[in-house]
Amino acid sequence: MTDTSAVSVSDRPADVAARLRKKRYAADRRLRAYGIGAITVAVGLLGILIATLVLGGYQAFTQTHVRVTFPISTQNVDADDLRGSNWRAVVTEGVENLFPGQSEEVRGLGARILTNNTQFFVRDAVIANPSLVGETLVLEVPASDPYDQLNKGVLDRDLPENRRRLTDEQIAAYDIVEEQGLVSRPFNWALFFNADSRFPEIAGLSGAIVGSFYALMICFVISFPVGIAAAIYLEEFAPRNRYTDIIEVNINNLAAVPSIVFGLLGLAVFLQIFGLPRSAPLVGGMVLSLMTLPTIIIVTRNALKSVPPSIREAALGMGASKHQVIMHHVLPLALPGILTGTIIGLAQALGETAPLLLIGMNSFITSPPGGVMEASTALPTQIFIWADSPERGFVARTSAAILVLLGFLITMNAIAIFLRQRLERTW
Amino acid sequence: MSTTLSARGATDMSGTSAPSTTQAPAHQTVRVPMVDANLPRLKAKDVSVFYGDKQALYDVSIDVPEKAVTSFIGPSGCGKSTFLRCINRMNDTIESCRVLGDITLDDQNLYDSSLDVVELRARIGMVFQKPNPFPKSIFENVAYGPKIHGLARSKTDLEEIVESSLKKAGLFNEVKDRLHSPGTGLSGGQQQRLCIARAIAVGPEVILMDEPCSALDPIATAIIEELIDELRENYTIVIVTHSMQQAARVSQKTAFFHLGKLIEEGPTEGIFTNPRDKKTQDYITGRIG
Ligand SMILES: Nc1ncnc2c1ncn2[C@@H]1O[C@H](COP(=O)(O)OP(=O)(O)OP(=O)(O)O)[C@@H](O)[C@H]1O
Ligand SMILES: [Mg+2]
Repeated sequence: MTDTSAVSVSDRPADVAARLRKKRYAADRRLRAYGIGAITVAVGLLGILIATLVLGGYQAFTQTHVRVTFPISTQNVDADDLRGSNWRAVVTEGVENLFPGQSEEVRGLGARILTNNTQFFVRDAVIANPSLVGETLVLEVPASDPYDQLNKGVLDRDLPENRRRLTDEQIAAYDIVEEQGLVSRPFNWALFFNADSRFPEIAGLSGAIVGSFYALMICFVISFPVGIAAAIYLEEFAPRNRYTDIIEVNINNLAAVPSIVFGLLGLAVFLQIFGLPRSAPLVGGMVLSLMTLPTIIIVTRNALKSVPPSIREAALGMGASKHQVIMHHVLPLALPGILTGTIIGLAQALGETAPLLLIGMNSFITSPPGGVMEASTALPTQIFIWADSPERGFVARTSAAILVLLGFLITMNAIAIFLRQRLERTW
Repeated sequence: MSTTLSARGATDMSGTSAPSTTQAPAHQTVRVPMVDANLPRLKAKDVSVFYGDKQALYDVSIDVPEKAVTSFIGPSGCGKSTFLRCINRMNDTIESCRVLGDITLDDQNLYDSSLDVVELRARIGMVFQKPNPFPKSIFENVAYGPKIHGLARSKTDLEEIVESSLKKAGLFNEVKDRLHSPGTGLSGGQQQRLCIARAIAVGPEVILMDEPCSALDPIATAIIEELIDELRENYTIVIVTHSMQQAARVSQKTAFFHLGKLIEEGPTEGIFTNPRDKKTQDYITGRIG
């Protein structure tokens, strides 16, 4: 079988070869340029997103505080009935201390510098330390939103008076306080340790963080064991037939169902049929687990599949039963992959908003939930609520909350990557 | 090929069946009886194997002598591995696979429904083509079998089993200082000996080896071959190999498979010096395969 017409590469004239080579190199370079271009665009967009959030949100990570000296006189405060005492009067006296020798009028304006809830801060401080009755209490009180914005320079003094939220007199009153060196702007821990509030200056994410944590725990507790068991059955035991094919296709479809549909399901089944409480992290977690389940099943199946058959053969050849092969060899080897996939699935669930809106996890709730049955918000729904609030302070807080959520997501994904690199075996 | 035919005397081949170079339509295995071989405890009778509709083995019958090495040779895809895997029922794990016929060990049918596969695989161990230690420590690798079969009553018991198995596999001296480092960190040849130690640890009667040296270099191969020769004293060994030299070196009995049929079986020497069947002849002279 000799083919005389066969042409070998070395027979080509030199100029043809050079031209072909040049074309090939050019194509290589073009492909690489496309790739670099695509990555540049992606990184650029991500950079713009993060930059916008940081620019919009960094202000919310500090909060203007005013140091106020409150006289806790026995005349206003009854040591035996601290809750029922006249805290409003105490606050008024504290405000007087901010404006030594100023007119009644100025003091009236100055009262608004402190947050609306000042009396409760004072009350709680005294309840925590009853020996203060009859003494004075020095407290760093958050400044209310307009003054906070003024201090941060967001509210522009140079605008004409009718176009800003503070009048010239109000600004003057603030300046008196500032000149005494009573104004400070420390890190805003309240953002993490306070629950939601109508007043931006004391609104925080703790309710949302705790709510999200509970919901994710419920989601994990349901979807992790169920997902792994389902994946083990499908991968290791199920016969290949039409029924298992249908199940497989449906699981893959489930992963692609829009999340709002799961929310509707949760509303119809968990709330209306089972009668579970609205806004509860329990229901949120159950709905989220419906979404995480297919992800976990799929990643677990892939992790099980990637365990080399030689390991199964080795164990079977030793006389290990199927159960032993799976529990002693296959599952431990697949675990890093399963954990990684689970964390990524949970991270997706953490960012999921639509289903939580439908089961009412976007209510206004001013204390963190004490358990999974108590009403609560979650991080993404808290962002949703704040984004909807008109106060200037909530604009920055919305960006800050998004940054906090992104921080959690990045942390979870980093843990997943770390686990994968740490535990993954090569053989 | 006429040279091979005329070699050696025919003393060990009392003519049970005349050498037939023409293939009869009904397939007939050429059988040359083994002289002074141990009695066979492992016997296969009319074993046919199907993968789905495709038949991979046709009526294979063979006796495997005890405490000797039997080698299966034949071109790729002829069903050597398939037959080997029938012996410890590893084919059970392949869904489409169906096995007909009888394989008996001590007159007990291995395909009897009352037989426990787990126990069977402890009696008939297997070593695979590619060394496949568990990604665990050397100690754990060897200890795994005794553990799951409950062979060790105490920790010292287990340590003894591990040590003696590693010694029998000729690996102990090389690894005694690092029993708790991963088995996957050994060289290929050491890994294969570790797999042999692992198989020995449960005290099998038969050891099946599917091309145990094909992933190894010549030096490691020589070590394994030597080991197989030593193990023959205590174990019945069946080995699949592509190397005819290896079959000639280590085995006492050889069986030649072709296209799913057992063409010829008999003493190793006889097969290589005086093959009776035309196909065997062609294979060992390098014409097919
Ligand atoms: N799991 C399987 N499913 C379907 N067919 C198979 C399977 N395993 C083996 N076969 C088929 O059975 C026949 C015998 O295969 P087997 O692996 O026993 O050959 P072999 O003699 O061991 O070959 P080699 O020397 O290449 O290992 C082949 O035709 C192969 O295609
Ligand atoms: Mg094979």
